[in-house]
Amino acid sequence: MTLPLGRPMREIFGETVAELATEDPRIVMLDGDLGSSTRADIFEKAHPDKYLQMGIAEQNMMGVAAGLATMGLIPFISTFVSFAVVRPLDQVRLLIAQTGLNVKITPGYAGLFTGQTGMSHIIVDDISIMRAMPGMVTVSPADDVEARQVLRWAAAYEGPCYVRLVRDATQRLFGDDYEFMFGRAVTVRTGSDVTLISTGTQTPRVVEAAELLAADGIDAHVIHVPTLKPLDVGAIVAGAERTGRVITVEEHTIIGGLGGAVAETLSEHRPTTVNRIGLRDVYPESGPNDALLDMYGLSAARVAEQVRAILRPT
Amino acid sequence: MSESLPAGFDVGETDRLREVGRRIRVEVIRAVNHARAGHIGGPLSAADILAVLYFHILRIRPEEPTWPDRDRFILSKGHSSIALYAAMALRGYFPVEELSTFDAAHSRLQGHPDMTRLPGLDMSTGSLGMGLSAGMGIALGARLTGNACRTYVMLGDGECQEGEVWEAAMAAPRYGLDSLIAIVDHNRLQQYGWPGDGPDGRIPPQQPGELVAKWSAFGWRVLEVDGHDPAEIVRVLEEAGRGDGRPVVVIAYTVKGKGVSFMEGHYFWHTRAIKPEEFAQAMAELGEPTTSTGGVPR
Repeated sequence: MTLPLGRPMREIFGETVAELATEDPRIVMLDGDLGSSTRADIFEKAHPDKYLQMGIAEQNMMGVAAGLATMGLIPFISTFVSFAVVRPLDQVRLLIAQTGLNVKITPGYAGLFTGQTGMSHIIVDDISIMRAMPGMVTVSPADDVEARQVLRWAAAYEGPCYVRLVRDATQRLFGDDYEFMFGRAVTVRTGSDVTLISTGTQTPRVVEAAELLAADGIDAHVIHVPTLKPLDVGAIVAGAERTGRVITVEEHTIIGGLGGAVAETLSEHRPTTVNRIGLRDVYPESGPNDALLDMYGLSAARVAEQVRAILRPT
Repeated sequence: MSESLPAGFDVGETDRLREVGRRIRVEVIRAVNHARAGHIGGPLSAADILAVLYFHILRIRPEEPTWPDRDRFILSKGHSSIALYAAMALRGYFPVEELSTFDAAHSRLQGHPDMTRLPGLDMSTGSLGMGLSAGMGIALGARLTGNACRTYVMLGDGECQEGEVWEAAMAAPRYGLDSLIAIVDHNRLQQYGWPGDGPDGRIPPQQPGELVAKWSAFGWRVLEVDGHDPAEIVRVLEEAGRGDGRPVVVIAYTVKGKGVSFMEGHYFWHTRAIKPEEFAQAMAELGEPTTSTGGVPR
């Protein structure tokens, strides 16, 4: 089974925040000179007076966002994950997370799909960093359908949040009737042999992998975790109870991200063996998306292969 | 002197502001002595500017710290927090006695300003270089929401070595934010400093004239003032408030440790525990006789 491609999340970003700004005059867009890539340009066309170019100066941009928020405005941030998380980390920590100000950190270019830019732009540890930061919530939608809902949720949420978005079109997992619920994980396939837990746009590839495994007689249960913090502890524990075996899969380092969060949770609440599939302490190189997924073991076929190897060691 | 006084300003007001500056210094020394920790040199250099801001320039309501139309103030050099707390206490934001909780556990008066704890703080600061960016956001937000407030940000001269300061310096003129007024406490010392031929083997954070040239080059309107002359500070800050389409920076020439002879001009009084005999001498020089060297006598 192959899932159909959805629309690129970055287009959803520009369109949805533009819609939101029409509904709520407090919403503004801060752009770190990447609007033509993140598609904040869609927002700019709709609301030129609410589009605030900040130039190539992301530390300042985060401070300006904090200041705007104290005046009752709701800033959304347009840049890449690399320049929203790691470069201005201290500003995000002190001026936005510590203060609890209502800033929406919504960068594009999460994960491996960065337009063949390579190690400077591929950030493998943003979930680890942001979920560890006191006061910051972290959300990673699976597809365009969920991304639109997460952005609408973010606008209504009172406080700082981190929403990681993806540049290119990826598989669409959810139908129009899907409803994102903040802080809740969602079972996207029921099975009995092993529980696969994933997040972000890796989840659709895990669902595809589950179908490949089914052909091999492995019936996988798949849980999607869009909200990495606060984590849905009940759903993770229930997933572990169901099969007694947990494997996490993420387009992210296995250190401190989804795999780390699940292992921490199960270690405390229901000790279970957890295997983690994801990036292993590497700086990924540049290349076409499919080549990178294959190289780092995150394509559906490579995920299925690793799950098989974990469950049926030779 | 009197011919430089702003209209409607009299010698009595100058004396009042000078006395506020003195009281801020007294409270700084008392609180840091009581806490056995805290910065001293920077708070003392900033004291007169804070006195003028909180007692003459800022449109504020201490009894209503979240008043939407208030002028905003951000202490970007957050390590001088005790001087800000002293100014706020004297102005009536909270009891002066609360200054004795500075740096203590459960205090609203944190080592660096925490806006989530103390009403009246317009931003959390302490990691240098950040306040001007937040001030730019406030000024921009004020314009977008039709709020006529002004936004004042005090920076240190050492702090002006931070890259983010110059990101904000680049960005603010592009929005013509003339309600944004930066004040650089140019006391010509930083915590330790670059080695060289200056006092105590250290040289100032900038060359003479360097800050004026840099801010001018970034498109800011630059004003200069003696940061220990209340009448001059009033005159220059009132001038700064008459916008011409450019953000304004006031370079305030100050002395680190101002008001206590043995602290003035020495980098090692940036932060240091005060010995009992030093406390007594400092109080005497500030005209605040005390026989007690423990606690917070008053």
